[in-house]
Amino acid sequence: MKLAPVPITLTQCAKTFRGTRVLEPLDLQIGAGETLVLLGPSGCGKTTTLRMIAGLETPDAGGRIAFGDEDVTALPIEKRQVGMVFQSYALFPNLTVRGNIGYGLKIKRVAADIARQRVDELLAMMRLTAHADKPIDQLSGGQRQRVALARALAMQPRVLLLDEPLTALDARLRDALRSEMNTLLRELGITTVYVTHDQAEAMELGDRIVVMSAGRIEQIGTPRDIYYRPANRAVAQFVGTINRLAGERRDGMLSTTGGAVPLPLRGTPGSAAAGETELFFRPEDAYLSDSASAHLRGTIESAAFLGERTRLTIGGAAPDALIVDVAGRVELARGTPVGISIAPDALIALS
Amino acid sequence: MNSVTNTARPPSAPPSAPSTRRHAQPRLSSRTLLAASQWLVTLLLCAFLIVPVMMSIMAGLTVNYFKGVSSGLTLRWLIEVWTQYHDSVFLSLEVAAATLVITLLTGVPAGYVLARSKTRLSRIIEEFLVLPIALPGLASALALLVVYGGITMFRMSVWFIVVGHVVFTLPFMVRAVAAVAASADLRTLEEGAASLGASFMQRFLTIVLPNVRPGIVAGALAVVTLSIGEFNLTWMLHTPDTKTLPVGLADTYASLRIEIGSAYTILFFIMTMPLLVAMQWLGVDATGQRSSKHKRLKAVAPSSTRINDTP
Repeated sequence: MKLAPVPITLTQCAKTFRGTRVLEPLDLQIGAGETLVLLGPSGCGKTTTLRMIAGLETPDAGGRIAFGDEDVTALPIEKRQVGMVFQSYALFPNLTVRGNIGYGLKIKRVAADIARQRVDELLAMMRLTAHADKPIDQLSGGQRQRVALARALAMQPRVLLLDEPLTALDARLRDALRSEMNTLLRELGITTVYVTHDQAEAMELGDRIVVMSAGRIEQIGTPRDIYYRPANRAVAQFVGTINRLAGERRDGMLSTTGGAVPLPLRGTPGSAAAGETELFFRPEDAYLSDSASAHLRGTIESAAFLGERTRLTIGGAAPDALIVDVAGRVELARGTPVGISIAPDALIALS
Repeated sequence: MNSVTNTARPPSAPPSAPSTRRHAQPRLSSRTLLAASQWLVTLLLCAFLIVPVMMSIMAGLTVNYFKGVSSGLTLRWLIEVWTQYHDSVFLSLEVAAATLVITLLTGVPAGYVLARSKTRLSRIIEEFLVLPIALPGLASALALLVVYGGITMFRMSVWFIVVGHVVFTLPFMVRAVAAVAASADLRTLEEGAASLGASFMQRFLTIVLPNVRPGIVAGALAVVTLSIGEFNLTWMLHTPDTKTLPVGLADTYASLRIEIGSAYTILFFIMTMPLLVAMQWLGVDATGQRSSKHKRLKAVAPSSTRINDTP
């Protein structure tokens, strides 16, 4: 199954509900066949953006949405040819699995034999053939999710819109379905907009990620951009865990409570020679090293064994406690003095 | 994962079992006493309610009520009631049918809109809809008479009673439909249907109506039963030509032998009992209780959760 992808352009789309601006004017370009993930905490406007693309909400006056060259701003959802998977799936309890998947084809009055063939194809693709004639309430969460996806794809939509499609599932199933979904989206080559608050989902599925908070876009970039080069603190703190080193800049070094680290060569804020400054780094970019040669010295406050790694909380090295992930078999008691070194290219300066 | 939940469960169960058994032993006698007295009270109450009904039915079947059953049983009174009042039976059925049609056409969309709308206005309308239930039927009837009594053609026709019944029964239909519509999360279902290309009418017919059907059925049964049994309002509105079943019953009690009145009651029972039974039976469905019978399949084996393991 291969679908014809279409690019999406949002121009100055804002949304106001009862006098409250939930989405600031937003420009967004989604390439044909691209999977774009809208990532952010609840209430950040990601679902509103998706619903505007779907046609379930209209942008405030002045906003414009186009699918390719076609302006769809005024088009209601039923005329937009989008496939949508809802967070609650919105499967029809009065119909069977087959009835749900074939619903759109029936509405469109597609000839019965063609419709049946397409539904059979989708059932096979989603491994639902054995459940074809069951009512929805006899399906498990994962099966429902697949029915919802099959139903959306049956119409051969121009755009696939997914609103937190894995949130309702338990963690293990979510992981399994996430990689299945990834394979499927690559195979289909359809323009996809995927809304989630789960950064792992965003990282795995997104060609690009749009990080949103409080109704505006914080950063647009590839998963690597977002993780390694976050645009600001909001992004850095929302995607993954990040440590803050606050201190004073002196002779090309940042000196703080437990020692000093070399300043990164590029992009240090405030080009003044001396003064207060701060740097950030990810927990996995620091390693324990010999106290004498280490950048920073501190003591273990707590150690959380997470299986494949141990997450250490270290005090005394910087004004804030630092979180350092250590791989391998490490056992460190509370109060143990340790030295920490940080990979030089891992230090990030943020505005 | 299964093994974790399996081992977690048993330890919690056994400790509580012995303690309850130890306490239960000395209390056993007082508990049986309590149970016995509960049964006694329940049975007495049932008798208190059921005996008059049984007596009434028997009265309608005995030759002479004052002599008792010894005078013999007969169907004479039933036949007499039927010959005198079968017009009332048909009239009641017609009124109920007309009331049902009107409440379906107006009450179902109204219930749907009320459930979907979250505005203050819709809450106010909902409150106003209950007024005819809270007011005595006589008051509603008086209001109808004051306003429309002057239009003789209307006043004399069966439609005058139908209007009264619609005023009285509409809230039951609206509320039954609204309750089911609110619990079915129709808004999302409709959005789903719309995303698949369905227009408003298509969504209403293929998604909304089937999913609020339990509410419609419950409402319809309530409307028919209430319409057939309604007396207060109907008594005020009726004319000699428009006597419904309950009005006829009042007539027979007031002016004829007690046996005929009782036989009339039997007729009433035969008509309304099936409706009441159906209502009870479907009443469970309206709240969605019966759907829980379908045991939901818990998480299936990981291999079957794959989307596409065939290339």
